[in-house]
Amino acid sequence: MEIPMIAYLVVSTIMFFAGVYGFVTRKNMLAMLISLELMLNAADINFVVFNRYLYPEALEGFFFTLFAIGIAAAETALAIAIIINIFRHIRNVDVHNLDKMKY
Amino acid sequence: MEQIANQVIFGLLALVIVVCSILTVTTRRILRAATYLLFVLFATAGIYFQLDFTFLGAVQLAVYAGGIVVLFVFSILLTSHPGDKAQLLTPKKRVVGLIASIFGAIVCGYTLLTYPFFTKPLTSVITGEIDMKEIGHALMGMEKFQYLLPFEAISVLLLACIIGGIMIARKR
Amino acid sequence: MEYSAIILLLPLCMFLFLGLVGHKLSERVAGILGTLGLTVTAVLAYMVAFNYFTMPRNAEGVFKTLQPVNFEWLRFTEHLHIDLGILLDPISVMMLVVITTVSLMVHIYSMGYMHGEKGFQRYYAFLSLFSFSMLGLVVATNIFQMYIFWELVGVSSYLLIGFYYTKPAAVSASKKAFIVTRFADLGFLIGILILSFFTETFDFQTLMSNPTSLVSETAGMTFMGCSVAAWAMALIFMGGAGKSAMFPLHIWLPDAMEGPTPVSALIHAATMVVAGVYLVARLFPMYCAVPEVLDLITWVGAITALYAAVVACVQTDIKRVLAFSTISQIAFMMVALGVAFNSDLHAGLGYMASMFHLFTHAMFKALLFLGAGCIIHAVHSNEMSAMGNLRKYMPVTHITFLIACLAIAGIPPFSGFFSKDEILTAAFEKSAFWGIWMTAVAGLTAFYMFRLYYRIFWWSKPDYGHHTPHEAPKTMYLPLVFLALVTCVAGFIPFGEFVSVNGQEYHIHLDWSVATTSIIVAVAAIALATWMYLSENTKPKALADKFRALHTAAYHRFYMDELYMWVTHKVIFQHICRPIAWFDRHIVDGTMNMLATVTNGVSYGIRKLQSGYIQWYVWVFIMGALLIAVLAMCF
Repeated sequence: MEIPMIAYLVVSTIMFFAGVYGFVTRKNMLAMLISLELMLNAADINFVVFNRYLYPEALEGFFFTLFAIGIAAAETALAIAIIINIFRHIRNVDVHNLDKMKY
Repeated sequence: MEQIANQVIFGLLALVIVVCSILTVTTRRILRAATYLLFVLFATAGIYFQLDFTFLGAVQLAVYAGGIVVLFVFSILLTSHPGDKAQLLTPKKRVVGLIASIFGAIVCGYTLLTYPFFTKPLTSVITGEIDMKEIGHALMGMEKFQYLLPFEAISVLLLACIIGGIMIARKR
Repeated sequence: MEYSAIILLLPLCMFLFLGLVGHKLSERVAGILGTLGLTVTAVLAYMVAFNYFTMPRNAEGVFKTLQPVNFEWLRFTEHLHIDLGILLDPISVMMLVVITTVSLMVHIYSMGYMHGEKGFQRYYAFLSLFSFSMLGLVVATNIFQMYIFWELVGVSSYLLIGFYYTKPAAVSASKKAFIVTRFADLGFLIGILILSFFTETFDFQTLMSNPTSLVSETAGMTFMGCSVAAWAMALIFMGGAGKSAMFPLHIWLPDAMEGPTPVSALIHAATMVVAGVYLVARLFPMYCAVPEVLDLITWVGAITALYAAVVACVQTDIKRVLAFSTISQIAFMMVALGVAFNSDLHAGLGYMASMFHLFTHAMFKALLFLGAGCIIHAVHSNEMSAMGNLRKYMPVTHITFLIACLAIAGIPPFSGFFSKDEILTAAFEKSAFWGIWMTAVAGLTAFYMFRLYYRIFWWSKPDYGHHTPHEAPKTMYLPLVFLALVTCVAGFIPFGEFVSVNGQEYHIHLDWSVATTSIIVAVAAIALATWMYLSENTKPKALADKFRALHTAAYHRFYMDELYMWVTHKVIFQHICRPIAWFDRHIVDGTMNMLATVTNGVSYGIRKLQSGYIQWYVWVFIMGALLIAVLAMCF
């Protein structure tokens, strides 16, 4: 028996909302970033799965994932640079200390 | 026989992904979270392999597992002391997070389960690895379904990212 | 004669130069520079006049009308466009000479009079601006260009009246002058619009080539019982009446005396205030097409002449006396225009007389004002009570002032006699009523002028303290001498050969019956003034006590200012402006304030949402997205 598509999608959904949970609850900015990576990965899996199961003759999902990985790498590098910069200023990476953007 | 093996492998990968994802966001030690993330990424690469996207799997391993996680580990080591534990979550915060994630999971799961996908049988097209040549042509071509423009855009983005990273992180 | 454009451009450049970098120059340099500019302008104007009047006349014996410069500035329709250019015809050339002469005299005089004043350079810049605007006004090729420069002279008059802007009286006088003339100009503008709407042109030459076009175009159309053509011309006359201080729009001119005295001489006696007369003269053929407006002009002029002459008899501020005398004399010109008609040379005598009087009056009235300036300079007061017996101290001023007084009183052989005599003749031609009226006013003129003269130069010496009055410096009395000479000889200019109603040569001949009457009346009035004011006595006071009511009313200018104050404050402000202001403040502003208050309140209420915690934002975002998804699924 073939593996049904829905199995993949359920896995990626769980992964995605685990990322949401982590993003909302973690205080450490690096941990938040890690949660973000989880969400991105879940989306990537979805692209690939849809490509394979729904449009097997095309390569859109494949390339989208490829580019998403590239962009994720860039985004992570930049985010980490920002976080380290923040760390230099306030000697920690606690997101609760970054509330200057309020009213 | 092969299909059963496939299912077993998928089951293993799915288990790793689910367990490790949850552990990633619940563990109190940040370095462990990074490690669990590594496992999730490995398992994701496994799923790509299983779906015959070997190139993508390779990229996933090289860029994510090999690059990003290393970056994470380095930055974690830079910004925290060994043995640091995150504070326990306040009940309110946990509830808030759980509401968002479980409610979201329910909504998405319900949508996925009720939506009529028209899947095509995998056997109807040639399965197996995608030819590297084909990928190369698609990346560098300018025809329809070819991706030179996004490729160039991303290369510029990466350049900007390099410069931005230097600008932000350098000591003033 | 393309060089006539320089006449306009030079004062403009001088204004820009002195206005922009004047404060860097020393007083002396600025004064000399301004005067030099005006000298060149005056010389050019004389050259234009000489060349123009020596040109051969055309077949009908008329001087050609020239447009050496004319370019289109704004095009509205095929026919209707605003041009800017220079129109040379006998009256505009005559005005060029008058304006540049008086302006040059005032420039020279001001170097002495304004010496050491704060803002000397600014004063010269404004004088240049005024000269530019006034010259532009008289050479306008079309009525709209005239309107533009008309407003410009209004602005420069405003600036110069308010020259001593730290004095509240000067500030309010300048505002009053500007608002009153501006109000009159509203009528002018509406008149222009009606005129151009029906005739489809602004151009003077096109209008003059067919002066009845307005009447024929609007035939049968009436508004409030008068024909539309009459309305248009009357509204245009309203603009002229405002500038020329005709009753009841005269109230600004006496107050305008708050400005420096040379300015009064230039703007409020010789040039700007005759702009209204010039306007009527310019459009004279069109006024002849609507005779009822000519009658209106006659009435307005006659009433103004009498009113101003009566008021001038009792004023004690010498500049006010001169101001009212100016109003009265301009009214003479208006009456002369009103009684004239363009059917033939003889009927058009008033037109010629009006222009002639404009010319002579500009000279002797400028002389009077400049003389008054010398006196004020010497005794530091405008009030008659501070003066007396000044002939001993200021001989030159005394002689020149006397000449001017004789001229304005109409004693031969001074210029005023000739021009005034023509006006009286024209008035008698129209009807004996107007002739007698104007002769009476001429008698009053002689009386109040000699009252002024005796009161300043004879009477008895007041206490000058240790500061004895002395003759003015050279820069101040040389212009007086020059203008006095002009006043002596101007009457012998064969004016009718240059300016007449249809342009043909007209030989002035004195009507001896009229002349004799007016001379007798003038001499009698002078004798009365001599009897009353030659030396200090109580006769004037006794007379004033006898006619107390009349004297008080005249002294208060028949309460015209009070009437205006009552109308504006009690009627317009109270019942129109107040409610509108209330509406603006409470309804219009209130709506805006309410919008702002509501926005402010709501913002204050929801500002807590911007907590600055990024996780809270993400949570709200995700919940919102899910909610939308749920809603999408439900519906």
